[in-house]
Amino acid sequence: MTAARAWNGPELVCPAGTPAGLRTAVDAGAHSVYCGFRDETNARNFPGLNFDRAELREGVAYAHQKGVKVLVALNTFMRAGEVDIWKRGVDDAVEAGADALILADVALVAYARKAHPKQRLHLSVQAAAATPEAIAFYRDRFGVARVVLPRVLTVEEIARLTANAAPCETEVFVFGGLCVMAEGRCMLSSYATGKSPNMTGVCSPPSHVTYREEGDALIASVGGFTVERFERDEPAGYPTLCKGRFQANGAVSHLFEDPVSLNAVELLPRLVDIGVTAFKIEGRQRGRAYVAAVVRAFRRAIDSMAAGGKVDVEELRTLTEGQRDTTGAYKKAWR
Amino acid sequence: MSEARMALTLGPVLFHWPVKDFVDFYARVADEAPVDRVCLGTVVCSKRQPFRDEIILDTADRLQRGGKDVVYSTLALPTNKREIRAIGEMVEAGFQIEANDIATVHLLDGRPHVVGPFLNIYNEDTLALHRSLGATRVCLPPELPLASIRILATGDDAVEVFAFGRAPLALSARCYHARADGVSKDSCHFVCERDADGLNVLTTDGTPIFAVNGVQTLGFVVTAATREVADLKQAGVASLRLSPHSCDMVKVATVFRDLADAHITADEANDLLAVLSLPGPLSDGYLRGLPGARLLDEVD
Repeated sequence: MTAARAWNGPELVCPAGTPAGLRTAVDAGAHSVYCGFRDETNARNFPGLNFDRAELREGVAYAHQKGVKVLVALNTFMRAGEVDIWKRGVDDAVEAGADALILADVALVAYARKAHPKQRLHLSVQAAAATPEAIAFYRDRFGVARVVLPRVLTVEEIARLTANAAPCETEVFVFGGLCVMAEGRCMLSSYATGKSPNMTGVCSPPSHVTYREEGDALIASVGGFTVERFERDEPAGYPTLCKGRFQANGAVSHLFEDPVSLNAVELLPRLVDIGVTAFKIEGRQRGRAYVAAVVRAFRRAIDSMAAGGKVDVEELRTLTEGQRDTTGAYKKAWR
Repeated sequence: MSEARMALTLGPVLFHWPVKDFVDFYARVADEAPVDRVCLGTVVCSKRQPFRDEIILDTADRLQRGGKDVVYSTLALPTNKREIRAIGEMVEAGFQIEANDIATVHLLDGRPHVVGPFLNIYNEDTLALHRSLGATRVCLPPELPLASIRILATGDDAVEVFAFGRAPLALSARCYHARADGVSKDSCHFVCERDADGLNVLTTDGTPIFAVNGVQTLGFVVTAATREVADLKQAGVASLRLSPHSCDMVKVATVFRDLADAHITADEANDLLAVLSLPGPLSDGYLRGLPGARLLDEVD
């Protein structure tokens, strides 16, 4: 059953990479948590992460007991000839008591709507619905109740989308990893490694990352392609292709994006004003201490806004990767 | 075993070619290229659209007189009202549309249309769903392996496969061509026009990896499904997509026509393609279920 939600302000949606992580996020003040099964049906298909069926049922019970909702992500694209794996995932998540399913493949959305007419459905960021027409497609045909917006939009575009999407709600990422490409439409990872977010639920996977020393520097490669060079004492972030250092026009730069992470905390009041329903924190692969700290800080910010107070922007800066953060595409100058 | 003749589709020009090159290219395609269908339209960046719109009707006429079926390909990542309105106008005008984004599918509202390689169609259910929404031809995403393509093409005669050209890998709100030049997207001065096949991107140790085309990122290597054409045909794939580059595309189309008709072997096709001035080495990594960067015959 759906957990009662007494709160009418913005919903804080937090990562639950593991059963322990779910409890951490719930205890730290999440309004909802999102998680996935331990297989290729979700876009964080990393070793040691995710839930089996029994763990999901237990996690749902724990969260509901505390009035927190559980959103189950099945947000990769079904593999030809094996679509039943994804459909079974939908059935099992519904049976476990998920408050909503987060889906990306339009045929899986159609299946979930047909097999479970009353189940609340969210559209994953992996479906890249970036226009009112795209949202209308999923809302009008399949009754999608909420869409997670791509990180490629500006705040002005988010405002227009949110106004047009009603009664469908919008959810935006406010903290954590930043995809600089339109999500769900990026094959950089499979180009270098053969594994992609869409097909296998991984991006620049650890199994394909190698490091070698070159003098005092540490060289990181993905699928055999050199993507980053860390000098001694330089913090070595995780190497992803879109945040690597490359040469173009004879110059070396972080051509696609610097190794930064998203921090939209300063935009929270504006996002509340324009009617965004939910704020999402990325990071199901993150440690529990990190998740607890970020969730607490964002919950404080949301509660403070609700009480008419200010948001403490500095607090979250220290938690961003390599101490560098960006509001990303949310501000137009990023483009 | 399917005996049907495989069709050839010339995909939209993804790059920002000067108008004159564009006109000359399509004049030659109309007269000489053995392709059945040609996709026009601006797919990557709407800022490029005004340059093309002024010649698109004449180009379409010319191609139709040359016996080609003409399709208007829509923007792959529309984000603003103006871009959506432009797509809506093309739909209302009755052009045959190739949808590259779900918003376009929504605007088409069940009208017959073609689906380009930018929609996520990875399985038989999603293919069937798009068919039920009016798709008459569906170009699959370039990362799909042959094993999946086989399943999709079996029992559906609408499947098209990306068979030649740099594979489109990603789209962004940010323009990397402008960023590489130190300017913003809004004041880009169309620096992308300099690179007819995209701007090559190399690792710091000099290994080519990607090519940048405005907001789009492509693979450095050139997809060539030469070794797979016979298998694709047998699986029931209806059509092969050839994505335009600055090399001799009439020659490329001729090679794939001859290969599809089994007049030449894959080795002969590869030899014929290798002597063209291609922007990168030939690859079929994705089709073999390997990293997309793997070259023909390269093992993993």
